[in-house]
Amino acid sequence: MAGSHSHKQDEDLKITPPLWLLAELTYKCPLQCPYCSNPVDMAKYSNELSTEDWLRVLREARELGATQLGLSGGEPLTRPDLDIIIKEARDLGFYTNLITSGVGMDEEKIKSFKEAGLDHIQVSFQASSEELNNFIAGTDAFQHKLEMAKLVKKYGYPMVLCFVLHRHNEDQVAEILDLAIALEADYVELATTQYYGWAMHNKEQLLPTREQIERAEKIAHEYQEKMKGKMRIFYVVPDYFEDRPKPCMNGWGNIFLTIAPDGTALPCHSARQLPGMEFPNVRDYSIEHIWYGSSDFNKFRGYGWMKEPCRSCDEKEKDFGGCRCQAYMLTGDPANTDPVCSKSPNHQALLDDVARIESDFLNHVEQKPLVFRNMRKSKELVND
Amino acid sequence: MNTELNNEAVPSISQQFRFQWEEVQKGYVILYPEGMVKLSGSAGEILRRVDGKTSIGSIINDLEQQFDGVDLKDDVYKFFEVAMENGWITLT
Ligand code: SF4
Ligand code: SF4
Repeated sequence: MAGSHSHKQDEDLKITPPLWLLAELTYKCPLQCPYCSNPVDMAKYSNELSTEDWLRVLREARELGATQLGLSGGEPLTRPDLDIIIKEARDLGFYTNLITSGVGMDEEKIKSFKEAGLDHIQVSFQASSEELNNFIAGTDAFQHKLEMAKLVKKYGYPMVLCFVLHRHNEDQVAEILDLAIALEADYVELATTQYYGWAMHNKEQLLPTREQIERAEKIAHEYQEKMKGKMRIFYVVPDYFEDRPKPCMNGWGNIFLTIAPDGTALPCHSARQLPGMEFPNVRDYSIEHIWYGSSDFNKFRGYGWMKEPCRSCDEKEKDFGGCRCQAYMLTGDPANTDPVCSKSPNHQALLDDVARIESDFLNHVEQKPLVFRNMRKSKELVND
Repeated sequence: MNTELNNEAVPSISQQFRFQWEEVQKGYVILYPEGMVKLSGSAGEILRRVDGKTSIGSIINDLEQQFDGVDLKDDVYKFFEVAMENGWITLT
């Protein structure tokens, strides 16, 4: 790389504050969702930050302007210091969002988090039916989740229910939304599986068919109409079925800052897999240095790093060339155009792959079994 | 329960939303689950006066005094309509 060129590019770059802090408190989780976006090699990063480290991260990020805080994981409830973290976050003025599977939750916790100042709880469901839910989660969690959702409402939190959609539940969108209505959710996210981490590993068994997607979308729109003013429903068409990528993370290093359980700072939760990067750790550097000074955070900021066709494309301010991780996973080079874009020379290969997976599924070609997400499996995959 | 926008109505910020000053952004914001709206200067000035006790009429008077007697009635009503639509405020 020409040093002088990239220096010039940095000077022109206006870096905006990290408004959104995602604190991945732990990779521990009692569930084993095969679409989990945590890294497949998560077992390598089990050295978790201490309470003091997290409190410092909160203070430093808040000083830089972070306003929204996501507490996630893994399952954040496995951290015994969660209430201390929530209280500090609230005292600092964060809007705190707890992103949980509900497993490990009870009424006492819901109440004490409220007292500590938690603003919102998002409960994730695997499906609308007990059998499928428990199969996918790899545990008997469904009844407990229903109970927790009711308690979240009882204690006056705004409630977001999140359902991750894939081949095995994509046809249940109506039932899922009926369940959300019955539980009086304020928001429902029909979150399409994104193919990172474990989900990428299980892509062949998770990818829905085009017909499933079209049906699901239609139903989601009907419910959006019907529930206007009462419940907000978010439905996003999966990347692989579109011809323009999403503005991933609203631009690299633009507003999102993720801190992984071991303290590694990332522009997005899956960026660790990118080659040639050594993301800074909050144990060694201040958030200010990480956000404004680290070369990895600067790497894909702005537009100077882009290759063709993005470089001369008049849509680059809309989608920032898509997702760097997806570009890397599908083309081997993170600086390439995201192959979801129809202008990408790799777009056709993606379409072919999606078509092959669909036809294998429809023709009952024998499939590898789903790989469930857990530490044992992670260790196996690391050692492979 | 008053659900009509008029001078007697008393607005308050809905339970589901938080309104606060953000020093780094130099402005007021509305916060809700996983989202944030940055308010314009005038919207911030209006919402700052919403406390669950002050009527819309008094809010307008107060604003007009601060801004040298300019007629702000229409602007304030327009903003409250948007705020109602978004569920940011409730009326009593
Ligand atoms: S996606 Fe499933 S396995 Fe992964 S962290 Fe969430 S609940 Fe746990
Ligand atoms: S070529 Fe790049 S910038 Fe243009 S639309 Fe496609 S991804 Fe976006």
